[in-house]
Amino acid sequence: MLADKDRIFTNIYGFDSPWLDGAKARGDWDNTKKLIEMGREKIVDEMKESGLRGRGGAGFPTGVKWSFMPKEIGDRPHYLVINADEGEPGTCKDREIMRSEPHKLIEGALVASFAMGAHAAYCYVRGEFHHEIASLQKAVDEAYEAGLIGDDACGTGWKFDFYVHSGAGAYICGEETSLIESLEGKKGQPRLKPPFPAGVGVWGCPTTVNNVESIAVAPTILRRGADWFSGIGRPNNVGTKLFNISGHVNQPCTVEEEMGIPLKELIEKHAGGVRGGWDNLLAIIPGGASVPILPKSICDTVLMDFDSLREVRSGLGTAAIMVMDQSTDVIKAIARLSAFYKHESCGQCTPCREGTGWMSRVMQRMVTGNAHVDEIDTLEEVTRQVEGHTICALGDAAAWPIQGLIRHFRPEMEKRILDFQARSQAAE
Amino acid sequence: MQTEQPSSFSFTSENLDKANWHIAKYPEGRQQSAVMPLLDLAQRQNGGWIPQAAIEVIADMLDMASIRVYEVATFYTMYNLSPVGEHFVQVCTNLPCWLRGSDQVMEACKKVTGCSNGETSEDGKFTVLEVECLGACVNAPMMQIGDDYYEDLDSASAEEILKALKAGETPKVGSQAGRHTCEPAGGITSLTDRYPDRAAKSGGDD
Amino acid sequence: MPKITIDGEELEVEAGMTVLQACEQAGKEVPRFCYHDRLSIAGNCRMCLVQMERSPKPVASCAMPVGDGMVVYTDTPEVKKMRQGVMEFLLINHPLDCPICDQGGECDLQDQAMAYGMDHGRYKENKRAVEDKHMGPLIKTIMTRCIHCTRCVRFSTEVAGVTDMGLIGRGENAEIVTYLDQAVSSELSANVIDLCPVGALTSKPYAFMARPWELKKTESVDVSDAQGCAVRVDSRGPEVMRVLPRLNEDVNEEWISDKARYWVDGLKRQRLDRPYVRGKNGKLAPATWNEAFAAIAKATKGVSGSEMAAIAGDMADCESMLALKDLMTALGSANIDCRQDGSKVDPKVRASYTFNSTIAGIEDADALLIVGANPRWEAAVLNARIRKRHLMGKFPIAAIGPAIDLSYPVDWLGEGGDVLAEIANGNHPFAEVLKTAEKPMIIVGSGAAARPDGASVLGLARQIAEASGAVSGDWNGFNVLQRAASRVGGLDLGFAPGEGGLDTAGILDGVTSGAIKVLYLLGADEIASKDLDKPFVIYQGHHGDAGAHVADVILPGAAYTEKDATYVNLEGRVQRGQLAVFPPGEAREDWKIVRALSDVLGQTLPYNTLAEVRQGLVKANPVFQGIDDIQAAEWGEFGATGGVSGAFTYPIANFYMTDPISRASATMAECTDEILGGGEGKTGTDG
Repeated sequence: MLADKDRIFTNIYGFDSPWLDGAKARGDWDNTKKLIEMGREKIVDEMKESGLRGRGGAGFPTGVKWSFMPKEIGDRPHYLVINADEGEPGTCKDREIMRSEPHKLIEGALVASFAMGAHAAYCYVRGEFHHEIASLQKAVDEAYEAGLIGDDACGTGWKFDFYVHSGAGAYICGEETSLIESLEGKKGQPRLKPPFPAGVGVWGCPTTVNNVESIAVAPTILRRGADWFSGIGRPNNVGTKLFNISGHVNQPCTVEEEMGIPLKELIEKHAGGVRGGWDNLLAIIPGGASVPILPKSICDTVLMDFDSLREVRSGLGTAAIMVMDQSTDVIKAIARLSAFYKHESCGQCTPCREGTGWMSRVMQRMVTGNAHVDEIDTLEEVTRQVEGHTICALGDAAAWPIQGLIRHFRPEMEKRILDFQARSQAAE
Repeated sequence: MQTEQPSSFSFTSENLDKANWHIAKYPEGRQQSAVMPLLDLAQRQNGGWIPQAAIEVIADMLDMASIRVYEVATFYTMYNLSPVGEHFVQVCTNLPCWLRGSDQVMEACKKVTGCSNGETSEDGKFTVLEVECLGACVNAPMMQIGDDYYEDLDSASAEEILKALKAGETPKVGSQAGRHTCEPAGGITSLTDRYPDRAAKSGGDD
Repeated sequence: MPKITIDGEELEVEAGMTVLQACEQAGKEVPRFCYHDRLSIAGNCRMCLVQMERSPKPVASCAMPVGDGMVVYTDTPEVKKMRQGVMEFLLINHPLDCPICDQGGECDLQDQAMAYGMDHGRYKENKRAVEDKHMGPLIKTIMTRCIHCTRCVRFSTEVAGVTDMGLIGRGENAEIVTYLDQAVSSELSANVIDLCPVGALTSKPYAFMARPWELKKTESVDVSDAQGCAVRVDSRGPEVMRVLPRLNEDVNEEWISDKARYWVDGLKRQRLDRPYVRGKNGKLAPATWNEAFAAIAKATKGVSGSEMAAIAGDMADCESMLALKDLMTALGSANIDCRQDGSKVDPKVRASYTFNSTIAGIEDADALLIVGANPRWEAAVLNARIRKRHLMGKFPIAAIGPAIDLSYPVDWLGEGGDVLAEIANGNHPFAEVLKTAEKPMIIVGSGAAARPDGASVLGLARQIAEASGAVSGDWNGFNVLQRAASRVGGLDLGFAPGEGGLDTAGILDGVTSGAIKVLYLLGADEIASKDLDKPFVIYQGHHGDAGAHVADVILPGAAYTEKDATYVNLEGRVQRGQLAVFPPGEAREDWKIVRALSDVLGQTLPYNTLAEVRQGLVKANPVFQGIDDIQAAEWGEFGATGGVSGAFTYPIANFYMTDPISRASATMAECTDEILGGGEGKTGTDG
C-alpha cells in the first residue's frame, strides 16, 4: 500500500482549502520558477524517465507525447489542451482534482506548457461540472492575481495564460481530436489522423492534449524526481494513480494508490470490500466502461496496471473500477453500456453510427433472452466488424464490453435465451 | 425547431459582458470557439432552452453561419431546443448509478413530480430526464438538478430533495449520506497521517 | 517520389497523393462513398479501408497520404471482410425500396452492394425512419436512404460557397438538413443530386419520370449561358427527360448550373412547331412553310439591302448565323449584328470579347478585378472556379459595382466608373495590387460592355490590363464575361456590321425611323425597342417569346437539344452540340431554314449539307477548325478613351429566367418564387 508521504493528491477529499493558501501549504507553487529553469529539454526528459503513462485511458507515455511537439516555435503558436471532459462511466477522478486540487492542475499546466513551448493552455471541462468549472476558474484567477501565471509566470519571464472552456454534453469530446473540434466551436466529431495534433491541432497549430491527472502530477514528479515516481509500482507501470471504486462495494470512494496494487487489495483496503464479501463478487469492470469485464476468478489475483490488465484481455483505462456482486444482471449491465455508446456515437463514421445501434438493440433482446443462441455469434461478429474500423476509438470501446461479456458470460446468455424460449413454448 | 419560437432574442448587457469575456479567451479570428459558452448563456437567460432567434444572434456575433451554430446546438445534449421545467432533473442511469439504485431514483421522480423519463410536469416545475454518466460515480446514485449534483441518493433522499424543490425550499447539495466528497463513507483509508481524526476505525475489512 | 507497394506491385507515385489515389493509379479498384476528388476528405464511410503493413488497424485509404515504403493490400480476405462489414452497416438502416427509388440503376450503394455486399441480411431489428426534408423546388429528399456521407454538405459549403446545409444531431439520429428547411440558395444546388451516392437526394422535377436504362444519352453542350458546360441530354422518344453534367476539366469540371439542368421542361412549352404568318386582321395564323416563305419573298420584294437588317439572339448556333450572314450579304445588307444587348466589344479584335485567361486559367491567377459583372448569375460554374481559386489562398479579389454576395469575399471598391478610371490612372491602391501580381486578371461584365459608354469601359479595362502587365507572354488576364452562348461564335464568324453596316443600336434607330423595313430576328428575344411593329419582322426561333410576338412571319426553328450545331464558348472554345431529339412538329434545324429561304429569295446559298456549312465556318474564321480547342486571341487595340460615369448595373435580374427556354420553364418559375422570393424582376435580361 502506498505510504501517505508518497501521495501526490493530499487534498483529494477536499478536507482542506483548495485555494491558493491551502495549495501553497501543501507544497504547490513551491519555487515553480526552479522547475521552469530546468529548461524545456530537461523537463521533457525527466517526464520521460519518470515513466508516467497518460492517465486518460490510453496510457501513452506523457513525456514522449510532449517530445512530439516541434522543438522550435514557428509562426504557429503551440497549445496545451487539457482534457477534463471526464465522461467515461465509472470515472470521477478529474472532478476531484478540479474542485479540491485545482492549483496542482494549473501549476502542471504551466510547467507542461513551458516544456512544449506553449504560451496558453485550454482546459476543456465537461459542461455538467458547473461547480468544478467555477472552482477551477477561481483558482486560475488567484494564480493570475499572485503572478503565478500571466505575462511573467512565476517570475520566469514566460508568458502563460490558462483558459477554462466548458463542454456541453458529449462523451466523444473526451477523444482528443473531437475535443479539439469542439474547442474550435464545432460539433465534436473526431478528426482523421494523420495529421496528428502535435503537427496540426487546435486552430491548425501544434497541440498536445493531456488528461487532467497527467498534468496535475507533473509538478510533483519534477520536484521529487523521476526516480521517486518510477520507483513506485512495477516496471512500465509506475507511479501513483487515482482509482475510482464504484458499484457493489461497501464504501465507494476515490483513492490514490500505487500502480500495480492487487485489485482485491484495493477494494478491500479502501472501498470496504465487496458488498456481502469477496465471495459474493460476480465481476468487475476494471478501467471504465470501455474495457472488457472480468469475472471473479480473474479479479482474485489481477494487479491494477496497464500490462497486467492487458494480459487478461481487459485494460486499466481510467482506473475506474465498477464492482458487480452476485445479484447483478450482468447482461443488463453490459446492455446499459451498449445503450450509452449508441447515445454517444457522434454519427460520423459508418461502423460506429450503425454498429452501436445494432449492438445495443441486440443487447436489449439478450437481456430478456428474446433471441436465438446463434445470435450471440452474430453479435460477436458485429463487434469485430466495428472494432478497428472507425475513425476514433469509440467503436472499439463499444465493442469491447460486449466481447468481454460473451467471453466470460456466454453460458449466462445462452441460459437466458433458452429460458425465454421455454417460457414462450409453455405459453403456447 | 417546432417549438413556438419568440420572434427575437438579445443578450442582457450583463450576459453580453460575459459573452465578450468568453470570446476574448480565444485567439484573434477564432471567436467561433466561443459558440458553446454563448449557447449556454443564451439558454440560461431564456429559462433553460435556446430559441432559434438566439442561434441567429450568436451566429451573427461570431461570424458563423446559422446552420453551423444549429449543428452545435443539436449535437451536445446540454442544449435544450424546446422549453424544460423550472427544475431540470437529470438522473444518471448509467452503470455505476444503476448498480446502486438509479431505478429507485427514477421511481422517486415519478412519485413526486409525476414525470417519467423525458416528461415535463403539468405545472411546468419539473422535467425529468435519464442521462448518461455525470462523472460522480463513487457517489452513486446521483442526479443533477439545474447546476447542482445530489449524490449518494436513495428513494427517500431523492424524494425529499424533489419535495423540497416543489415546496420552494433549497435542499442541501452534494452527498445525501453525510460524506464530504469522495472519501470512503466509513472514514478515510489513506491520508490518515494528515487527517488522523477522519481515519476509518478498522482496516476496511468487513 | 515515394515508392509504394500495392498488392505486391511496387510503383512510384507523386508525393502528396493519398493511398486511394495510388491504388487507382495501380489499377486497383477501391470502393468508396464519401470520398470525392473535388471535395474535402471526410473519411467517414469507411468503405475504402485497406490493410497496411506496420499499421495495427486498417486505414481509410482516402485519407492516408502515401509514404515511402508503404505496403498496402487491397485484395486480401480481411479487406474483403471489412468491406462486407461496412456494406452491411450501410444497408441495415437503408430501406429496401430500390424498386421505387429514382436512384435505381445509377446508385453507388446498389452497385457496390452487388460487388462487395453479402447475399443476405443479418439485421433483425426495426429499420430507422427519417423524416424527409424540404430543400427547395429542385432537390427531392427521401432521408431514410441517407448514408451520412456528407458529400452534399461539403459540396454546398466548399464548392457552392453557401452555408445552408448541415448535419445536425448525432449518432444514428444525425440528419442532413437545410437550415430551417429552406431551399439551398445556390445556382449550383442540384449538383448535390449527382453527388449523393444513394437515393436520398434526387431530382424533384424528374421524380418518377424514367429509369436510366430507358434513356438515350446524347453528349452535348449547354447554351443557357456562355460557358459551354459539357452536358449529357437524356431523352426518351421525342422528349428530353433531363440534363446532366459531363466531365470537362477545362470548363465545368463536373458541375452545371441549376438552370442548365432544369430549364428543360421549358423545351416542351410555348414551342413554335409550325410556321405562322400575320394575316390582314393583324393576327398570327398557322401557315405552311411555303406560305411563310412566300410572305417573306413578298415583303422583301423591292426592299433594298440597306433597308434590311438581321439580329442574332443569345442561343443562335454558328451554322445558322453563318447562313443568315451569307444570305444578308447576298441580299446586299451589311446591317447584321449578333450583339443584341448592344455590346461595344470590338468584333475585329477577338481578345476584346473573349475570356482570354480561360476558365481553368483562373486557378493560375493571383489577383482579380471584376468590373460590372455578377459572375454568380452570369456564369455560375465559372464563379465556382473563382471561389475554388479563392480557397487556394493568396488571391485578392476586388470588384466595381453594387455589392452582392458572390460566394467568396470581395473588396467592393465602389459602384461606378470613376473607380475604374482611378485604377486605370494608377490612382487607386488596387492598381498596385494588380501590378505586383504575376498573373492579374480583369473580368469585364457583358453588361458593362453593353452600356452606352461600354467602349470607354473596355478602353479603361484594357489600359488597366496593359499597365498591370496582365498581357504578357503566355498570360492574358483581360477577360470579357460573355453571358450568351451565341456571342463569341457570332463575332468569330463575322455576324457583325459589315462595311457601312449598322450595329444593333443603329438598326433599332432605323427601326424607329422607318429606315429599316425588314428585320430578321434569329432567336433574338431581348430587343430593347418599342417600335418593332413598324418593320416587317421575321422571327426564326423555337419559342413563342418576345420575338415571336412582334413577328410578321414565324419560322419555327430547333432548340439546342434538337440540332447538331456549333457554339463557341466565352473562352473562344469551339464546341459541338448534338441532336438528342427531333424538333417538334414542322420545326426544322435552323441553318436549313435559312438555306431553304435563300432558295425562295433567289439567293441560293452554296451549301447543301452540314459539312459544307461547317467548311463555310472555317472559311469565315480558321478558329472553327479545332473542336474543343481555344486559339489564343491576339492582343490589339480596342475600346475608347473617355470617361465612364454612373454606377454599374448587372444585366440579369433573375438568374432563373434569362431566355425563351427558361422563361417557359415551370421549374424555373418555381425557383424564382421560392429561392428569389417571387415577383421581383421576372423579366429576365434587360439587354
